[in-house]
Amino acid sequence: MKIHIKNGRLVDPKHGVDAVRDLYIAAGKIVGNDHAPEGFHANRVINASGLVVCPGFIDLSARLREPGFEYKATLESEMVAAVAGGITSLACPPDTDPPLDEPGLVEMLKHRARNLNQAHVYPIGALTQGLNGQRLTEMAELRDAGCVAFSQAEIPVADHSVLLRALQYAATFGFKVWLRPQDLGLGRDGVAHDGEVATRLGLAAIPACAETIAVSTILLLAREAGCGVHLCRISSAEAVDMIRGAKARGMAITCDVSANHVHLSEMDIGYFDSNAHLMPPLRSLRDRDGLRTGLADGIIDAVCSDHTPVDEDAKQVPFGEAEAGATGLELLLPLTLKWGRESGVALARTLAKITTEPARILGLDAGHLAPGATADVCVFDPEAWWKVEPRALRSQGKNTPFLGMELQGKVRHTLVAGHLVYEA
Amino acid sequence: MKREPEAPMSNNPQLDAEGQLRHLLTIEGLPAPILTQILDTADSFVSVTEREVKKVPLLRGKTVFNLFFEPSTRTRTTFEIAAKRLSADVINLNVSTSSQTKGETLLDTVANLSAMHADMFVVRHAQSGAPHLIARHVAPEIHVINAGDGRHAHPTQALLDMYTIRHYKKDFRALRVAIVGDVLHSRVARSQIHALTTLGVPEVRVIAPGTLLPSQVEHLGVHVYHDMAQGLKDVDVLLMLRLQNERMQGALLPSPQEYFKNYGLTPEKLALARPDAIVMHPGPMNRGVEIDSAVADGHQSVILPQVTFGIAVRMAVMSILAGN
Repeated sequence: MKIHIKNGRLVDPKHGVDAVRDLYIAAGKIVGNDHAPEGFHANRVINASGLVVCPGFIDLSARLREPGFEYKATLESEMVAAVAGGITSLACPPDTDPPLDEPGLVEMLKHRARNLNQAHVYPIGALTQGLNGQRLTEMAELRDAGCVAFSQAEIPVADHSVLLRALQYAATFGFKVWLRPQDLGLGRDGVAHDGEVATRLGLAAIPACAETIAVSTILLLAREAGCGVHLCRISSAEAVDMIRGAKARGMAITCDVSANHVHLSEMDIGYFDSNAHLMPPLRSLRDRDGLRTGLADGIIDAVCSDHTPVDEDAKQVPFGEAEAGATGLELLLPLTLKWGRESGVALARTLAKITTEPARILGLDAGHLAPGATADVCVFDPEAWWKVEPRALRSQGKNTPFLGMELQGKVRHTLVAGHLVYEA
Repeated sequence: MKREPEAPMSNNPQLDAEGQLRHLLTIEGLPAPILTQILDTADSFVSVTEREVKKVPLLRGKTVFNLFFEPSTRTRTTFEIAAKRLSADVINLNVSTSSQTKGETLLDTVANLSAMHADMFVVRHAQSGAPHLIARHVAPEIHVINAGDGRHAHPTQALLDMYTIRHYKKDFRALRVAIVGDVLHSRVARSQIHALTTLGVPEVRVIAPGTLLPSQVEHLGVHVYHDMAQGLKDVDVLLMLRLQNERMQGALLPSPQEYFKNYGLTPEKLALARPDAIVMHPGPMNRGVEIDSAVADGHQSVILPQVTFGIAVRMAVMSILAGN
């Protein structure tokens, strides 16, 4: 299949391209991004005039819910949602049931994903067996099975000596460890940010220091172990400042933020809207502004969807009992674009947060459009408005704090390895 | 990002389109005239409760469900009496949370009861926001009264406290009020603070150790004191809070003895307030922990009148919701 995408605004952040250029694809690869290679005859021509043509998006945190939580979502439903959102590669945290702590489970997930022939799936393996924070997993085996990094998902390691050893062991093989910083005790039982809204609504609170204490611990242990660490879904302004300091000292550290936290704050809980029950919790406006600034000045490397489809029953309960999380695959592009527009960040730099940067964090040769690259491509209309409502979402999860809002940016075509997997 | 004007979350969920009370879920956000209307209506019911025949037919033919997901004797009883004095049919349901987790969800329970043609739900639940959830899902003709949800709100308790204060002190705009004790876990305190500030009390104080105060509590419009001697100086009204047994020793407080020594209301500490100060408590009291018996039973205590007024206030809320 040879595809010619013509007249589009080609944006390739890695190579500093932002111009109207044609893109040529053959045998699953990019074969030209200005001039057609000699003898190129397209089977399919996509007219992209007025549209943006860019690398397919890479999502650093997407829960596909398999294995174990198929009633919330399945690989089938979520992979369709991913490509409808222009996402061509996904990293999946290991908190499935059972957790991704054995090579067989990882192989099965990779196999299932491959058969669906949609987005590329990159499993993050469990750092400890059963995510119990006690015994290390067979990381080298898990890497051979397809894991690209190791993580504890939402369950912090309580014992610092175990965390230190896990980091040392990962560093031995050059593996990266991804950690969502949260202190176990300070985060226990909390459902909202410890601030004005939790005080007003009488919700059990998680202070920002639950995050900053963990960031501090992780930075110290990572330095001790000489291990590359990626901090997942930072939520507080102070954590951004700490990471800024660590980067200035030359530490090998990266971090991301969820698209929800770039736009929302504790105020969006309103009258106990359980769709705004997220983990980490939505924090203060000052925190949100700190995250936006950190994203703009590059301290926060990437934006992820933090896609967590939750079934309706688990949300239609009082706020504190509701399961945390929001669907996000189909909102990643519009929410990232919205941040870029509001912050005066150029389109190429905006899109880098969901293409080039996550590719670098994952260590993938992806997220760019140079000839020879795998043809993972998204074609989207940056001007089109659409309303976030259940029937507009392909994900099985319909839960998002953005329900009822109109967002700008709509995917028209998604290609994975040269195959047109989505067309609107 | 445009939010639809009709988005349900943007409106006050307890008022209808005309600004009339549809549910009573929290004091927060209710305008002063509505609070005053409830207190004035309660005035007329106080006399009913003193009559030989203590009944009026305002809720005749209506069915009130007392839906208690958390055990309570006093609040449930006063709601039951209030509804019966208004001639309503009252059904008491004590739904233990354990049977909830076994099967039926909160909304299923409510849907089933709605199908039995309930007119009003009086809800107590251990989770903050449960009455809001119910109110969002009931048919338009059904009214929801929050009888206490988690740490969030206990609006009828705050209203009966306001009624009691008005009864003894007349003018809210000339008062200094101190709330003493476990504000962090108290739905009563949150509702009292909103009611007092809405009704124009110029100075509301909270007095507690740092472990029993929620963060940024001063944003609710209160002055924070850690010392009883300073906090009680020149106070007209003392609102004592209950300290739950499980919080008396551990990481929040070292012991009930040390708490009593510093924050228990004794006659000596009460003497620091104005001589005509009144003492209130939502009950049930822990004598010798948050309050000394000499104060609880003393001449400045209005704790029992609170209970009596509580029935009239709950009658007022129910009759206003039912459109009388």
